[in-house]
Amino acid sequence: MLKAPTPEVDTGEALPLLDVRDLTVEFATRRGVVQAVKKINITLAKGETLGIVGESGSGKSVTSYAVMRILDRAGSIAEGSVLFSGLDLRSASEGDMRNLRGREMSMIFQSPRLALNPIRKVGHQIEDVLLEHAQVGNEDVANKAIEVLEQVRIARPKERYHAYPFELSGGMCQRVVIALALACRPQLLIADEPTTGLDVTTQKAVMDLVVELTRERGMSTILITHDLGLAAAYCDKVVVMEKGHVVETSPSETIFKAPAHAYTRKLMRATPRPGITLRDLLPEDEAARARPVAHNPVQADEAPLLVVENLVKEYPRKGVTTSLKKMFGTTPVPESEAFRAVDGISFQIARVESVGLFGESGCGKSTTSMMVMRLIDKTSGTITFGGGDIGAIPARNFATLPQRKKIQMVFQDPTDSLNPRFTAARAIADPLLRLSDISRGELRSKCEELATQVGLPLQFLDRFPHQLSGGQKARVGIARAIALRPDLIILDEPTAALDVSVQAVVLNLLQDLKDSLGMSYLFVSHDLNVVRLLCDRVIVMNTGRIVEQGPTQQVMDAPQAAYTRDLLAAIPHPPV
Amino acid sequence: MTEITTIAPAPVATAATPASAPAPKVENNSIFRHALYVVSENPVTGLSFGLFLLIALCALFGPYIVPFDPLASDTAAALSPPSWKHWFGTDQLGRDIFSRVIVATRLDFIIAITSVALVFALGGFAGIAAGFFLGWTDRIVGRISDTIMAFPLFVLAMGIVAALGNTVTNIVIATAIINFPLYVRVARAEANVRREAGFVQAARLSGNSDFRILFGHILPNIMPIMMVQISLTMGYAILNAAGLSFIGLGVRAPTPEWGIMVAEGAANIISGEWWIALFPGLALMIAVFTFNLLGDGLRDLVDPQRRT
Repeated sequence: MLKAPTPEVDTGEALPLLDVRDLTVEFATRRGVVQAVKKINITLAKGETLGIVGESGSGKSVTSYAVMRILDRAGSIAEGSVLFSGLDLRSASEGDMRNLRGREMSMIFQSPRLALNPIRKVGHQIEDVLLEHAQVGNEDVANKAIEVLEQVRIARPKERYHAYPFELSGGMCQRVVIALALACRPQLLIADEPTTGLDVTTQKAVMDLVVELTRERGMSTILITHDLGLAAAYCDKVVVMEKGHVVETSPSETIFKAPAHAYTRKLMRATPRPGITLRDLLPEDEAARARPVAHNPVQADEAPLLVVENLVKEYPRKGVTTSLKKMFGTTPVPESEAFRAVDGISFQIARVESVGLFGESGCGKSTTSMMVMRLIDKTSGTITFGGGDIGAIPARNFATLPQRKKIQMVFQDPTDSLNPRFTAARAIADPLLRLSDISRGELRSKCEELATQVGLPLQFLDRFPHQLSGGQKARVGIARAIALRPDLIILDEPTAALDVSVQAVVLNLLQDLKDSLGMSYLFVSHDLNVVRLLCDRVIVMNTGRIVEQGPTQQVMDAPQAAYTRDLLAAIPHPPV
Repeated sequence: MTEITTIAPAPVATAATPASAPAPKVENNSIFRHALYVVSENPVTGLSFGLFLLIALCALFGPYIVPFDPLASDTAAALSPPSWKHWFGTDQLGRDIFSRVIVATRLDFIIAITSVALVFALGGFAGIAAGFFLGWTDRIVGRISDTIMAFPLFVLAMGIVAALGNTVTNIVIATAIINFPLYVRVARAEANVRREAGFVQAARLSGNSDFRILFGHILPNIMPIMMVQISLTMGYAILNAAGLSFIGLGVRAPTPEWGIMVAEGAANIISGEWWIALFPGLALMIAVFTFNLLGDGLRDLVDPQRRT
């Protein structure tokens, strides 16, 4: 039924599995033809693991799409050739490609939840692939699917076979996607940012699994990532891309020890890692110009700015059975029906102190910050800010109170947190208009002053968010947060959506602003290396509780809790 | 960041771009350019914009440009077929059908616009409030629109006009009521998605009250989608008004109105005078067709995916 492609294999060991020569990919846009990838050369031997590293817009994903021939309609391979075990993929028919995809080469996508069909059981989705490529007959397919799930270390695979994607965690979904990709034992696996959005411990588990499975089967892997550390830790060879060009190809050890290209060096400098200071992230010439980080000693006798005591947030579990039970009163609803997102935590933040709130997804760090922010109400406990009990004020009344000025926030996603229909100036002016008595005439100059403070060129003030880059949007978000001169700013993973080089600049900006304006930071993050650079003290949370808190150095170098030790161990370490 | 400074626009846009546009005008300019692009890229969209302009011109200037008085009867020329003098022929009373079709545009257009404006104000507001506040607001608004949808909508409109009286105002009200659920659902869904968006949280932190968030932040963001909805229901409103007139409710003879004219001509088709019903029917069809196509065009215009 299915015509097997006839790649000319066995032409000797010298033939690489994948040979990309002078590949140029073009996209037809309204502004003319744009070359996303320019004359790149990549070779991948059998059983080799190759990392493609680059910042957004470097063409790393486009390269992999071109190899799989899944470019969208506007894109086309303009030049060069892609040879897959000798078979020219550029001239292969769509039918042949369909046969190759899944069976000979497969792909793991960035967001596992988006890659799975939300309304089909995961077991059935695996069966689809197996049946499509005629790997097994109809009668064995269910067993085979369970076997595949077992191979990716999914506990209780027989039950998970019947699960829908929404019933599985992010890491579990990514395992299912890996299972899908490996079900037909392909020769080439392309993993496009497979662990972005996953926690460090899950990232480690997923990457270990991918590497182990592919080594075991003698498969070749291409790992596409923005994280040099991750690529170096798991790959044999690393390709660094910048603006559609390959700037460097070296074995992963040498790329860390002796990076040849200036861009690689810049990228490496900007990657947060142990044993450096914030200023070391910037390129050499800028680092020299930057002011040294001021150390404002925390006055021990001064009253702390924020005191949180026994803070609890419960969410009722809403299930059909619970409601029915309530309705008919068959059994009393037990107390444990409520889910405790935050379970009695206490901490303090002094003036001019920056505290890192660290934990994996679902640990309650966002809920905590939302409560301190007074965007949601607490269940019990107290939040004392500057001497007043702000926890007692209902969140919906807090928006227009004068205390609102004193606590502000920088959001995780700079794009999502800016109103798409407001210009940058209007976004920065919003808090000023609502909460200060600034006159209309002064507004513009105040906005310009704030823009200068955060390093946003003034001509960008009249642009809309979609006309700004990620770093510029982050600056607008920061300018908006500092507009009212707050005492406390909650930074909710402010750099998670940014490239490392932009992250380096933004982190340094945040430090400078703190030094010059004397604010306190509560820095919420899942990246310990970033927390280490910016924070004086760190709080580690897990399942709604604080497992450890103390000075950053102490927690990082001599962690007391086993949980903290696990987290630190899971961070990918480049082989230096 | 280079989008604005390094535009190499398509040839159509060059003429519209002043070389030294001051900074604040950049966005307006690019919307205009974008509109030109959308129109030129898809000829059907261009056609619909053209037809819309034609309809709007007829509505504005129709009574001043028509060759005959739409109400003046000329029994000598009754039931004459299309000719150079009477382009669309004449009806039983010898009135010029071309003039009547053109003059009727204004009435049908006004009914459609006012009813759509009314339902946009009511349904749009109720919908975004329901989607934003949820809880009881949502339940009440939701059940009202469910109740309206439980009726066959045209029969409901007939009932409303029959009960309230045979006037243009009541046609407008009836048309607005039957379109209410459509607006509620679209506005509710769109507001609900944006309720948890980062920029709404940020607006709250900036000290905006719920009311201000609703009108200052959420409404402008869902306006593009509402514009498409408006365009689509415009066609539906015209059809509805004509339908009511056709069955004798609403606008009364001798006022020129497409629905009545089709009704008047229907009896004559069998005796061979096809032009009396055909031309007002065609006008009606073109108007509805235009508004439906315009919806597609507006969607292309406001869809950020199509913008670069």
